[in-house]
Amino acid sequence: MSVVDLHKSYGDLEVLRGLSLHVRGGERVVIIGPSGSGKSTLLKCIIGLVKPDRGDIYIDDVRVTDPKTNLIELRKRVGFVFQSNNLFYHLTVLRNITLPLVKVHGVPEEEAVEVAMKALREVGLEDKADSYPAELSGGQQQRAAIARALAINPRLLLMDEPTSALDPELIDEVLEVMRRVSRRGITMIIVTHEIDFAEDVADRVVFIDGGVVVEEGPPHEVISSPRERRTREFLRRILRKRAAAPRCWAVAPD
Amino acid sequence: MIFSDLLPEVVRFMISIAPFLLRGLINTLRIGLLSFAMGLGLGVVTGVLRVSKSRAASAVAATYVEVIRGTPLLVQLLFAYFGLPFIGIRLPPSIVSVLVIGLNSGAYQAEIVRSGIQSIPQEQLDVARSLGMRESQVMRHVVLPQALRNIIPALVNEFVALIKESSLASVIGEVELTRCGEYIISRTFRPFEVFFLVALFYFAVCYALSRLSGLLERRVRIPGYFRAYR
Repeated sequence: MSVVDLHKSYGDLEVLRGLSLHVRGGERVVIIGPSGSGKSTLLKCIIGLVKPDRGDIYIDDVRVTDPKTNLIELRKRVGFVFQSNNLFYHLTVLRNITLPLVKVHGVPEEEAVEVAMKALREVGLEDKADSYPAELSGGQQQRAAIARALAINPRLLLMDEPTSALDPELIDEVLEVMRRVSRRGITMIIVTHEIDFAEDVADRVVFIDGGVVVEEGPPHEVISSPRERRTREFLRRILRKRAAAPRCWAVAPD
Repeated sequence: MIFSDLLPEVVRFMISIAPFLLRGLINTLRIGLLSFAMGLGLGVVTGVLRVSKSRAASAVAATYVEVIRGTPLLVQLLFAYFGLPFIGIRLPPSIVSVLVIGLNSGAYQAEIVRSGIQSIPQEQLDVARSLGMRESQVMRHVVLPQALRNIIPALVNEFVALIKESSLASVIGEVELTRCGEYIISRTFRPFEVFFLVALFYFAVCYALSRLSGLLERRVRIPGYFRAYR
């Protein structure tokens, strides 16, 4: 997947200013950066949910930014996990997963249920198949969303801060599932502020700020010894927050 | 004293006219159900068009809503029944009343449907699209099932209003509940008892509808739903 010189503005606000990024097949890329740096917009551009003002995106040899490109066909091969509100509230967890399989991929109903149950087992939610999303915890909802993304057997998996909207005690169960998924060899692009996760899982860490890639490289370089001043400052802020967290928990024990 | 002497007679009179009024009530219910159903169909289609990306479709929907909302139902009824025959469209009052009231209600229901659609979080649409659904599938499988649940109270409100407004059909000679009452008065000259009973009949129907609405809401409720937005 390649992103070349991507520009996008919302009114006067320039979110992406010539961002370029290349991701090889099977690579696991973690994107970090301050809020408003254009990370979410980038992911949405990749599946054509947001139309960039300028620049090109290619997945395999398909040009996403070509108006003639069939976005439906493209999205069939790409899994996407949003920050929140992922599941359709009026459908059970199982139906959430079978709906795209049946309606978009044309899988017969019974086969879709089998595939969905297999995906749910992988994220440890098989006993919640018949629950409604609002009956699940935030962490379970995100795991179900990951199961849905996996059920379509995607070639590319995009995750937009899948743990950011969660209570601290629910983050780990989602990260655990993400770790397991990352071993399957799917090309992954994950936006997250979980630095430990990035260090463990990423083949490459990309730091985005001000709508461009500021720094990128293997996690031990970008996270442990960043070259750029902006990267250092950002990491310091994030890591300080993490260091402060255990103290909060000590004050309010269960 | 006088009143208590009269009471048995009043009640007896009311019971004697009840069967006639009941026929009117049944016709009111017929008009109500048919025109509400027609309005719901029109409302869903118009509401969806109203929020569609197509400028033309949205404009057509908006025009329909504005024209209907900007003119009185009474005038619409009179125009359709007395006006349209001049261009060769001649229909019996029983059909005109259903068509006009349905068309009228459709405009109001379209606005209710639109508000329901717009109450669904944008993320739900993005998620559906990211899964590869076409816009029509997003609407049918994701947006409408949630939106329609949310607007049940508003739709029932519209239904109740429509039942009462259907009394206007009496001006084109449709013998619904109100007209039926007027008929009886012209024979008996007892407006007090007749209109009292007419009002009671309207109230009974509308009250039953509100109670039914609560039942329907509970039936289609999504388990745990409101927790999700808390």
